[in-house]
Amino acid sequence: METFVNEFGAIWGGFLATLSLTAASAVLSLVWGTVLATMRVSPVGPLRTFGTAYVEIIRNTPLTLMFFFFAFVAPSLGLTVGLGFQWSLAALTLYTSAFVCEALRSGVNSVGVGQAEAARSIGLTFGQTLTQVVLPQAWRTSVPPLISVLIALTKNTSVGAGFAYAELVTVQRTLMTSNPSDGLFIFFGIALLYLVITIPLGFAAGRIEKKVAFAR
Amino acid sequence: MSSSVLYDTPGPRAQRLDRILNVVFSAMLVGGLVWAGYSFYQRGIFDDRWAILWDPPKGQEAADVWYSLLVRGLGATLTAAAIAAPIAIAFGTLIAIVRRGVTRRLVTGSATVVTEFARGLPVLMLMFLAKLAFGWSPLWSVVFGLVVYNAAVVAEILRAGLAALPKGQREAGLSIGLSPMRTTLMIELPQAVRIMLPALVSQLVVLLKDTALGFIVSYPELLRTIKTNRDYFGDQYTIPLFVVGATIYILINLSISRLATYIERRLRERGRGTEPPEIGPAGPIPQSGIGGPAREEGAHAGDPVFGAGRRPSSHAVPQRRPGETDDDYRHRVGEVDWRRASIEANTRTGDSQI
Repeated sequence: METFVNEFGAIWGGFLATLSLTAASAVLSLVWGTVLATMRVSPVGPLRTFGTAYVEIIRNTPLTLMFFFFAFVAPSLGLTVGLGFQWSLAALTLYTSAFVCEALRSGVNSVGVGQAEAARSIGLTFGQTLTQVVLPQAWRTSVPPLISVLIALTKNTSVGAGFAYAELVTVQRTLMTSNPSDGLFIFFGIALLYLVITIPLGFAAGRIEKKVAFAR
Repeated sequence: MSSSVLYDTPGPRAQRLDRILNVVFSAMLVGGLVWAGYSFYQRGIFDDRWAILWDPPKGQEAADVWYSLLVRGLGATLTAAAIAAPIAIAFGTLIAIVRRGVTRRLVTGSATVVTEFARGLPVLMLMFLAKLAFGWSPLWSVVFGLVVYNAAVVAEILRAGLAALPKGQREAGLSIGLSPMRTTLMIELPQAVRIMLPALVSQLVVLLKDTALGFIVSYPELLRTIKTNRDYFGDQYTIPLFVVGATIYILINLSISRLATYIERRLRERGRGTEPPEIGPAGPIPQSGIGGPAREEGAHAGDPVFGAGRRPSSHAVPQRRPGETDDDYRHRVGEVDWRRASIEANTRTGDSQI
């Protein structure tokens, strides 16, 4: 308990580090994931193939392996990604975007076939069908799974602890090593800080899910 | 997949455009690959460093390298997963049963709090808790983290499965005098496990992927073995070792993912025979009414009702109430709603596999 109060400055620093990494990679992976989702539903064959291959491979790769790639392998390939924050950002973005893509695509797939057929039969083009009929509906179904992806992302930033990024779990490790007797207090204190991020997100997901439920 | 519906059958102009786009993007992809390959070649990626896989330096045998990767590294990875998976499934099932079958609010409430708590924390944090606060060995720290997190997720998956069952199942169990616990155990759980089997198998992929976190708590699993080999042989051997490790991970996880998809397809195909009457967008199509069964000619050859030469029994098909969504309707009428179950499971547990 005492350690937690005394070291609150370090813990707060870790919390801000976790939060900033989460926010930055959330924005980037939403952008890249949307691009991937567009590729996966596009009429152009090579783009579809690329999108599918990307998602299939990334989804079956451990996140730690992605971090390992940027920390140890990329330098010998000539890709120098900056220390700590930058490579954490790169690994998390490339990893999370595959899941963002899947959430968006499942949203597109959940829109009834009749909607797209109706849009086409009144003469809308592919672009119009997508932007004016399908995507507005797909978006609503995608929001709750997207928020779950963001919650998972928040927790996944902890892998940075093993790769020279000082965030909450790094702080947990140093504090627990120096004060072994206070371990449980430190654990629950830091757990609370994670829950401060994840529980409101989960709550928002539930609210939005109820709000966007509509008859199909 | 609805993507084929998004665009029309291409006419001559669209076909020409398609061909051009196909060529352009294929050229871009191939060009990118060639460029990457060439720049790798310039950096000497394809030189004799790959020889580590068959003729390693420092007086080692190829067999030593492969032994350390496949037997020690992969062996340790699979050991952790093999210990953690059954325990996590057992605990998860137990929690799901308690949350459904026990009527005491205090018990179910605390089970809910515990699962929500465990699900909201990074696995790595749990591993460090076991390692530093409890002083456990790396293997058991990894197992602890995996078990706590995955038990909570399994409980959540099963809860979603139980919630997706028709209400009549529970009502029937209770009305023949079974206790809530026996109803859960004998009637609901077997069905919930069956419909959530794909999600449960996908969760195994997550568990296996998370064993790689052992790298950080210095458990000598596959990734850690790669690092040790690299440290021993030298930096230039990182790439071949990494490629081998990544291939092993991806192949194993991909085959489990495929298994999950296969089970899902099997279940969906099997389930088709027992599906209730088709429900149109404006409410159910009556099976029979004035003038006899409306859908006799539309029946499938394999449909058991029609195959037996009987007319479908006439029963009132509930109408959809105004303002009721599809999901609510199905739930009330008593249909296992696959889409809802899978969406629930995904949104509740964090998209499967992440």
